[in-house]
Amino acid sequence: MLFSFFRPFLVLLFLLFLGFLLPSPAHAQENPYIVAHDHYLEEPGNLEIEYFSTFGTQRNSNAFHAFWMEFEYGATAWWTTEFYVDGQSTFGDSTIFTGVRFENRFRVLKREHFINPVLYVEYENKRGGDKLLKEVEGHDVESDYAPSNAVLSQEHDHELEFKLLLSGTHKGWNFVQNTLAAKNLSNHPWEFGYAIGASRPLALKASAKRCSFCRQNFIAGAELYGGLGNRHSFGLHDTSHYFAPVVAWNLPFDWTLRLSEGFGLNDNSHRFLLRWGVSREIPGFGSMVTRMFGGHR
Amino acid sequence: MRETLVPLVATAVLLCASIALGQKEKPPAYKYHRDALVYAELAKAPEKARAKRNPLERDPDAIAAGRSLFEQHCTECHGDLAEGGRKGPSLLVEQVQNADPGAIFWILTNGVVWRGMPVWSKLPEPQRWQLVSYVKSLGVALTDPGPVLPPKSPSDSATGSPSPHR
Repeated sequence: MLFSFFRPFLVLLFLLFLGFLLPSPAHAQENPYIVAHDHYLEEPGNLEIEYFSTFGTQRNSNAFHAFWMEFEYGATAWWTTEFYVDGQSTFGDSTIFTGVRFENRFRVLKREHFINPVLYVEYENKRGGDKLLKEVEGHDVESDYAPSNAVLSQEHDHELEFKLLLSGTHKGWNFVQNTLAAKNLSNHPWEFGYAIGASRPLALKASAKRCSFCRQNFIAGAELYGGLGNRHSFGLHDTSHYFAPVVAWNLPFDWTLRLSEGFGLNDNSHRFLLRWGVSREIPGFGSMVTRMFGGHR
Repeated sequence: MRETLVPLVATAVLLCASIALGQKEKPPAYKYHRDALVYAELAKAPEKARAKRNPLERDPDAIAAGRSLFEQHCTECHGDLAEGGRKGPSLLVEQVQNADPGAIFWILTNGVVWRGMPVWSKLPEPQRWQLVSYVKSLGVALTDPGPVLPPKSPSDSATGSPSPHR
């Protein structure tokens, strides 16, 4: 039991160790959002490995810790592909693997505009015990998460999710608006959700010296997300909504740390969600793989 | 079991396809031609963008800060000395060094997405100008090959692409 709870942390430690073995002078430049997406895709050939945790409180049941790993690869400058594996531990219950996700994002326009659309397509193969709250859709409410893992795991969903990501950056401020439409492939109605966010680096000019604690390495902002019902009952009734201040710290060697404290905005929402994440970008991963298989140097 | 295996296999196939698409080996003539197309993008900068002056041109720290940013974000494709790499063209050629600062800023902001250069508007405007200051400070390489033109015939392409070095 104890080992299962700490297993994701051990995996994380192993990956962090691997990350240190891959030297890179670069600083990542990541926005702090955890739920919302901006229009910036992964640089071509780069792989980003990310680990995220969500600690959530639960009324009438036990608190939980959900975690996921993301492998994000920049296939081209207009296409980013991503693979997720996720799980959760419910305190006083058990730790379970909750599923896999495969996501693709496509940049639509050739140049930068005031608002930049990106199309997002995701396939999810998940169990009912999924507590990531990586997006809130339809009539997702806190009480859905109350049953034990054994009960929740009996449900198995195949879901397609589409998002229109709108984002723009002006005078250092980044603004995002995501609209979500998800379809459970087993005859469920379309469900909808939203996420909006804004963020800005604490300083816009870079300093001449390389540093870890310079203000330009910190990006702060906030995001707001929630469900919008489904095709039969579209709207805000019986939906949950969250507001979360977010901060990212872009460290040397392409590491990024993110922290977010989410607050439920109505009685259907979890009261509190604490999220944090660590990511490491591996520049030139595609070239490394190609060389490994005898490709060009 | 099958329900998990099918999406996992499909995911693996798509991931391999994306890596293959991004990294597929190109003949030298392709890079020669691609670099020329990227340089040609500079000429597409609108007049208004081209006319923009670098607000940091008198900032004594701009070049050093730009160099630091270049090392963080650009060397992977353009090489440590901006001499060009497998993915990105040299920045030490006349087409870049004689370009208006505003045109270089415009390229940084908009990228050349269909040719592999991502948009860099995620860097705040002052940082993009710091990068422009650094790039413009490099000057043309001594062995500048002159205007880059696409090869006329397959035999031309056998001579390879120009590789300016300082």
